[in-house]
Formats: sequence, C-alpha cells, structure tokens
Amino acid sequence: MTEQGVGASLRRKEDARFLHGRGRYVGDIAPRGLLEVAFLRSPVAHARLTGIGKPEGAEERVFAAADLPEIGPIRANSALPGFRASDQPALATGKLRHVGEPIAACLAASRAEAEDLAAACRLDYEPLPAVADMLTARAPGTPLIHEHWPDNAFLETRRDEDLSDLDAVAAAKVVRRLRTARQSMAPLEGRGVLAEWDPRLEQLILTSSTQMPHVTKTGLAECLGLDEGQVRVIAPDVGGGFGYKGILLPEELVCAALAIRLGRPVRWLEDRLESLTAHANCREHHYIVTAWADAGGRLLGAEVDATVDAGAYSCYPFSACLEAAQIGSIFPGPYTLPRFRYRTVSACTNKPPILPYRGVARTGVCYAMETTLDALARKLGLSAEAVRLANLVPPEAMPYRNLVGKVFDSGDYPEAVRRAVAAVDVPRIRARQAAGECVGFGLSVFCEQGAHGTSVYHGWGIPFVPGYEQAQARFTPDGVLELRTGVHSHGQGLETTLAQVAHEVLGVDPARVRLVHGDTALTPYSTGTWGSRAMVMAGGAVAEACRLLGERAIAIGAALLQAEPGTATLRNGAVQAGEASISLDQIARTWFRHPQNLPRDVDKGGLEVTAGYRPDPDTGTHSYACHAVTVRIETETGLVTIEDYVVVEDGGRLVNPMIVDGQVLGGTAQGIGTALYEEMPFDAEGQPLAGTLADYLLPGATEVPSIRIDHMETPSPWTRFGQKGIGESGAIGPPAAIINAINDALAPLGAEVTDLPATPARLLAAIEAAR
Amino acid sequence: MKPAAFDYARPADWPAALALLAGGARPMAGGQSLGPMLNLRLAQPERVADLRHLPGYAGVEVQGEAIRIGAGTTHAAIEDGAVPGRLGAILAGVARRIAYRPVRNRGTIGGSLAHADPAADWVAVLPAFPGHAVALGPYGERRIPLARFVTGVFETALAPGELLRAIELPVLPETARWSHWKFCRKPGEFSKATACLLALPDAPPRLVLAALDTAPLVIEDATGLDPAALVTSISDPWRRRLALTALRRVLEGAA
Ligand SMILES: Cc1cc2nc3c(=O)[nH]c(=O)nc-3n(C[C@H](O)[C@H](O)[C@H](O)COP(=O)(O)OP(=O)(O)OC[C@H]3O[C@@H](n4cnc5c(N)ncnc54)[C@H](O)[C@@H]3O)c2cc1C
Repeated sequence: MTEQGVGASLRRKEDARFLHGRGRYVGDIAPRGLLEVAFLRSPVAHARLTGIGKPEGAEERVFAAADLPEIGPIRANSALPGFRASDQPALATGKLRHVGEPIAACLAASRAEAEDLAAACRLDYEPLPAVADMLTARAPGTPLIHEHWPDNAFLETRRDEDLSDLDAVAAAKVVRRLRTARQSMAPLEGRGVLAEWDPRLEQLILTSSTQMPHVTKTGLAECLGLDEGQVRVIAPDVGGGFGYKGILLPEELVCAALAIRLGRPVRWLEDRLESLTAHANCREHHYIVTAWADAGGRLLGAEVDATVDAGAYSCYPFSACLEAAQIGSIFPGPYTLPRFRYRTVSACTNKPPILPYRGVARTGVCYAMETTLDALARKLGLSAEAVRLANLVPPEAMPYRNLVGKVFDSGDYPEAVRRAVAAVDVPRIRARQAAGECVGFGLSVFCEQGAHGTSVYHGWGIPFVPGYEQAQARFTPDGVLELRTGVHSHGQGLETTLAQVAHEVLGVDPARVRLVHGDTALTPYSTGTWGSRAMVMAGGAVAEACRLLGERAIAIGAALLQAEPGTATLRNGAVQAGEASISLDQIARTWFRHPQNLPRDVDKGGLEVTAGYRPDPDTGTHSYACHAVTVRIETETGLVTIEDYVVVEDGGRLVNPMIVDGQVLGGTAQGIGTALYEEMPFDAEGQPLAGTLADYLLPGATEVPSIRIDHMETPSPWTRFGQKGIGESGAIGPPAAIINAINDALAPLGAEVTDLPATPARLLAAIEAAR
Repeated sequence: MKPAAFDYARPADWPAALALLAGGARPMAGGQSLGPMLNLRLAQPERVADLRHLPGYAGVEVQGEAIRIGAGTTHAAIEDGAVPGRLGAILAGVARRIAYRPVRNRGTIGGSLAHADPAADWVAVLPAFPGHAVALGPYGERRIPLARFVTGVFETALAPGELLRAIELPVLPETARWSHWKFCRKPGEFSKATACLLALPDAPPRLVLAALDTAPLVIEDATGLDPAALVTSISDPWRRRLALTALRRVLEGAA
C-alpha cells in the first residue's frame, strides 16, 4: 500500500467544494429565459379523470397530457413469467392512480407564479374507491387500478417445496407476521430537472439530479421518439441518491418535451412536500415467516409468504417486481438454509410506484430472517449468537452456492459475529436485566450482493442489463490524468477513490487526477451508480484503462530513454530504465507537443484509452456484516435509546477505509430511521398523512449514536483489487438488530414488536397487549 | 411550496403597526411558524406586517417586582440569559429545548404564544406563572392573565386588531421550585405531552398540562392532585399514558 493508493484513507478531493458550499446542483443552474414548472398533481388516490379546466388567459402556460402527445408512456417490463406491465403516462390520462400523480405542467417565470397557476386549475374527476392496503389489494371485488388486469398484482413468484414433515421432526417452530413501513427516501436535495434545446446541435440537454444519466438518456429517447444522439443528459452535483434518483421521471419527460416545444429552458425542482407525499415510494413489506429448527438451533427449513406494496406503476428501469421477486432469492441470507418454500407478491396499490432504496429488498428480508432467528433462539433457550453460528456459511465452504443458486465469493461470516459479540459486554447487559433494567442486546447478520452483472440481470428482463463497465483514461498535454466514467458520484467519493486506483496503477499523484463524470456527452455508456457496483465495476475499468495507458507510456518512455523495450518499467509516475527515468508529464508532452521525438512504431492510439471490465464470474461480490446493538427502553413512554452500536463489516479490500466508514455510518443512520422513526402513513383513502419533516421524522445528529466500526478484509477472489460492493450495507442491518435488541429487552414482559418503525406508541401497545 | 403573493410592510412605530393590522395585515415576528404556513399556503394574507423593527419589541426590562419581556425577544436571547434571576434560569431551560438554534435565533416568545399551537413550549409553560400577556390595541394596553391567554387550538384572547406587546412575569425568589417535562423523540419535534409545575413559597403549586388537543389545562392548586383523573378525556392510549407520565414526573420533580 502506498500513502495514496488502494487502501489509503486519503482525504476526499471533492470535499473542498462541498464544505465551502460550492457544489453545483440543478437548483443552482438558471439559464436566461428560464421557465419554472409547478405540477398540478392528483389530490386523490384513485379516480377517473374527466376534465381539466385551465385558468382563463393562461391556457398557453398549462400543459396536460393531451397537449403533449409526443410523450409516450413509460414502460418498465420484466421478463419474469406472469409479469404484468403498466403504462405510466408522464401526465395522467383517463385515470388518477395515486396522490401526487402529475396531471399538468404549469409554467411561469417563477415557481411561486407557477404554483398560482396550478392552484387556479379546475379538476373534474369521479372518485373511485382507493386500494390502500396491499394485503387486500387482490381480494375479489376490489376496484382494478389497471382495468385490463385480472387483479391488482404485478407479479407473483413461488418456490414450492413440501415442508409438511418438519412439524414432526423440529425441536422448535415459530411463525411471525412482520411489517415494514412505507418510507420516503428524503435525500437532502430533492429531484430536479432542467431541460434545454440546443438548436445548433439539435440536441436536448437535460440536466437532472440523477444517479444514472445514460439510462435516463436511453429512456428519454425511447419515450420522446428521439434518437439517442439527440439527447445529452448531465448529472451535476447530486445531493443524495439512495435509489430515489435511479429512475426515469415523468417530470423529466415533461420538461424535455416542453423545452423542445417552446425552445426555452424549463426547470422543475421538487420541493419537500412533493418529495414526501407524491414520492413516498419504498420499503413497504409484509411477511409471514415460518421456520423450523433442531434443538441446536440449526434451521431445518423456512417458509416465507411476502407481499410488497409496489404502488401504482412499474418504474423505469428497475420495474415493479425487483423488490418482491428478489425476496425469494435473498431470504436465505448468509445461512446454509437446507429447505425453503416461498411465495412473493408485488401488489399494485394506489400509492406512489415503488423504487429500490439503499439495501433494496434486503433491509426487509434481513429484518424478517433475523427477527425470526431470535424468536427461535428464545424458544429454544439458546443465545442469538449460538443460533447464528449454527447456521452461517462456514469460511471453508467458500465460494458457496446456496439452495437458490446465489454464489458467495469469500469471507468468514461466523468470525464477524464472534467479533461483534466480543466487542460488547454482554454479561453486563444480562446483569442489568436481572436487576430489572429494561435493556436489551440484539444482533443481525446479513450479506450484501454488489456489482452483480449480466448473468444475474439478463434473467430479470428489465429495461437494462449491465454489461462491461467502461472507463477512459487519458493524459492532457501537461500530464494531468483525466478519467471518464459513466458512473456518477453523489456521496460515494469516487473522485477520490478512482484517483487512488489510478495512482495505484500509474503512480500519478491523485491531486493530478481529474474524474469526469455525470455527462453522457463526455463519458462512456454505463448503467450508472446503483447496486453497490461503482467501486468494483468502475474501479476495475479505471484500473484496466490505466494499465493499458501505462503500457503505451512505457513504450514511448523506453524509446525516449533509448532503452530496450521490455527493460523499462513504470514506477512512481515515471518510466524507468536502469538509472535513467522520464516522467509521465514529459512523455505526455512528447506525444502532444513534440511528436517528432516519438518512436516510429508508437501506438497511434496515443495517450488515450477506453477499457472495459467485468469480473468473472459476474454474479456479484458479497460483503457481509454483523450489527450488534444495545438499547434501553423507558417503559413508561416507549422511548428507545440506542446505548451502543457495533458494526463488524467485511467489504473485501477497502480502497479507502475512511470513505467506507462514511458509507457504513450514513447507511446505518438511514437504517436507524427505518427501525425507529420513518413512516409515511396512508389513510384508507390512500392519502399520505405526513406532509412535512415535522410529521415524517428523520433521525438527526442527536438520534444517531456514535457507531463503532470494525473491519475485516477478506478479498473477493473475483475483483481487480479484491474490493467488494459496500455502499448499501449500513442500511440493511439496523432494523433487524435494533428490533432484536428491543425484543430482548421486552422478553421479560412477554412482549414483542413486529411492525416497523418501533415507535413509542407501538412499543407501549406491545407491552400493553402482553399484560 | 412557495407563498401566494403578498405585500410586505415594515412598520417603524406602533401606531403604524396597529394601522396596518386594522387594514387586515398579518403580523409577523420571527416567521418560524408563519413562514411555513405561508409556504404551504395555509395562510394567504394580502399583507404581512413585519414587527421586528418596532421600538422596544425585543428586550427585557425589570420594573420593580415584574419582569417585562418584549414579545419580540427571541428564544435564543432567553436561552442566553436575557431574563435575570431565578425566572431567567427557568425560562432559559425551557428555551434551550425549543427546536434547533437556527429556529431559536429567529423565533420569538410572543410569536409562539400568539400562534397558540397547543404543543408549543411557551404555550405550555407560561400559564404556570402568575403573570400577564400585554396586549396593545388602538385604545392602548390591556393585561390578560397568562392562564387565560390561549383559549383553544391556535386561538388566543387577542381581539382583532390587537398585538401581543409583551409578557409580564414576576421576579421569582431563589426558593421557587420548578419542574418541567416534555416528551419528544428528537429536537424540533413538537411535544406529545408537556407538564410543568411552579411552587412558590406560601402559595399553592400551579400546574399546567399541555400538548393536548385543547388549550393547556391550568391547575391553580395541584395539592393532592390525582394525575389519573386528569387524563381520562385523552382518547389515544399512548397519549394518555404520556400525559400521565408527564404529570407524575413533574409532581415527583417538584417534591
Ligand atoms: C423546524 C422548527 C421546529 C420547531 N420546533 C419547536 C419546538 O420544539 N417547540 C416550540 O415551541 N416551537 C417550535 N417551533 C416553532 C417556533 O418556536 C416559532 O418560532 C414560534 O412558534 C413562532 O414564533 P415566531 O416569532 O417565529 O412567530 P411567527 O411565525 O412570525 O408568527 C406566528 C403567528 O403569530 C402571529 N404573531 C406573531 N407575532 C405576533 C404579535 N406580536 N401579536 C399578535 N400576533 C402575532 C403571526 O401572525 C402568526 O400567526 C419550531 C419551528 C420550526 C420551523
């Protein structure tokens, strides 16, 4: 390890601009002649839309679906058998399917005036009964959201295996009904879109707060009937993604169509009200889990019946079934589950369409599996740790293929549990409990698949399949190294970590490395930043591009040093042969400005390389972690205080341990929100009830405890440096570990919490019910 | 979430402020409640009268046995000790737990009381004190006992055209006993149950239960109070439990 290469906790290059408030977001960009958009949105969850009255004199500034026929519907299909596709109109046509669905775009010189217009529009609709509960969405007689469907479900998947013999042989059987709440991802910066038409290039320039500019470009071209050369998407600084910005937006299509139509720049900035109410779009799962174990806590089998509230439409590109259908393949988690039966349902409801949020289905799945394991442990009189150790995939079995075909690359899962437990004074917690204190200790263990590629995604048949990730590396005439990637960095610190990779390969000072990202005109195509893939995929691609660039530099350097080809090497940013050396700067200068000095057989591709990369196999890396939590409960009020939080995490080789810590901390904070605070309640009419951050509680600095992180570093055998995807991990483990700790504390009262978030009201209700 | 258009006026003296109010203007102090209401278009006044530049609107004066706190005094000023003595220490403790510092830097004691959100801190705490709200109208000033100032949810005893000018509280002896408890899970979340109790030497202990869906409940003499009897009308079991806890805590705390 060098001081700046792979493995170094290099300070983040991007922080100077962020900490000084010099980041540039969509909201900071206001070209001359800008028109601001306010959307007239559906006030009801389900209705037949019969008419829109535009304010008198403003007919030219209000655009409904009929005014923009050039926009085709968003269609995110899946190839999974039985999947029902939904056409999502960018602006509602015929029906209104969730509160907040865009109906018309209102344009004015300022947002306030645009909102005046929206408020002055008249809306005619015939209300329909709302489908607000995913569990009854398919009941006979329920009104259909998409009327040509037989019932309100996008997809049902199953794995049948007869488990009927287990009742007779198991030492313990538990059944749990569990629920996670609908959340709003609430990134600091909401969505934002600025659309401009460039008449010179005959090109749409869409600046959007997005995680995947290239996919957005493809989707825009498809829905607007443009060729992809006519679309350029720019993602400037993006204030938080988390999956919220991994989507082709109706608002993007509308702004784009308006900019083309009007020849003027058009901008929409999502506000907090829209973000909370129109776009509360993740995490709502329901499980019935049955598990059987022997007396030693070894799982004999499990059955899961899972329903996910997928909302009203299938979002582009991830589709409406990515969460639910994945539950089947990830439920076994890090364990050697021998027998398994499941059914999953992606229910269609009158709520905002679901998006995968950091951790995707894993946060719910981990919650379901880990609380069930603790229930088994309590029933068998075993410790939570003992039950985990009885079931975790052992290190000697790696790489391990589980019963549903997931392949785990490497790691020592049991060791993570042992370390986490060792970091906590569990006997003291037990002593406090014995003394009557309401305190508890809880664990969760999970693995996180990251950077899974073609072999995994082609089967989903959704609008994209990730393939080879490409990166470009090139020298400027003065020897600065420019990297160009199609992944976008919005908090991950890629401007730093990819520079570290380049430094590792070429020895160039990271201060002299620039990352160009977030512009489809300047970067190679990529599916973008999602699925904990950027460091594995773009890291691998940058390394490969730099390696090839290095070879070309060596060839030129060797010639300039008059050394035999093959005797020169690249070290510390210079080509060396014997005692002689020549810096990469000088080599760059030669190629660009003194080509007369180049050898005759020089590679004419010059000092610019595009390289592709995909790990082999590409089934994904599996990082894993154990979270160990101590809580204290005030039984009079139901208030939960997290006294201690330990994370033992294995992300393979850490490219920048400090940045990984940041990822783990941020994710864990979000997971604490899922566990204890965040909930977007909907009433029976499908109305979202938390319209401000005073009602939708996010954990803040005062609610997130200091988190103790311990790293293990088992390299992945399949990636360039042994690195694994780790971006989502922190958000997966907290609900399971925190609720397990709560239930450990409540055990003497005979009470148990099953629904998230574990609010004081729910805790007191559970205590009351146990009385 | 942008306000509907309104005119903005900044009266330089009190008669001008009253004249604006008579013309239908909505007074604005720190804007920490009115601002969000304007943005959400829950309030759509034609004109806003910004009170912050009125002479003597902010500031604290000791007048014999009374301490007069200008309605425009910010939570932050009170937190930082603008009010002297035992009273000041009690009020600083309350102020410190209102929202976050940036909100406290702007939000005012008068704005909070006039807003009369049943869960707000000043609304819950001030009725415990034998003091007055000083209202200013076209006729001059009048004094309204603090225990009767907030009359309902977002309702006060201010008449149309009146402004809240100041709050007058007694200088408290060092021996005054005070206890205060509120439940919220994070700073800035509105309280789900608040109670406070003030026991002055030679006077019965005064108790307030607040953050209900009514005006605060003021008990002039809390001696021998049965907390359970006081909360029977709260229908939500968790809120009832919290209110009960609030009462028990302040009764214990003042003991
Ligand atoms: C994020 C956040 C968190 C908060 N958390 C808390 C909390 O924990 N506890 C708490 O108690 N409060 C909290 N608040 C509210 C805050 O304390 C406000 O400052 C207070 O409620 C209003 O005071 P203001 O000076 O800002 O008044 P404004 O917002 O300016 O006015 C409020 C209302 O009072 C009227 N008004 C103002 N001054 C006068 C006057 N002199 N005469 C007559 N009417 C007048 C206005 O017309 C308006 O209707 C929070 C606010 C925010 C934004």
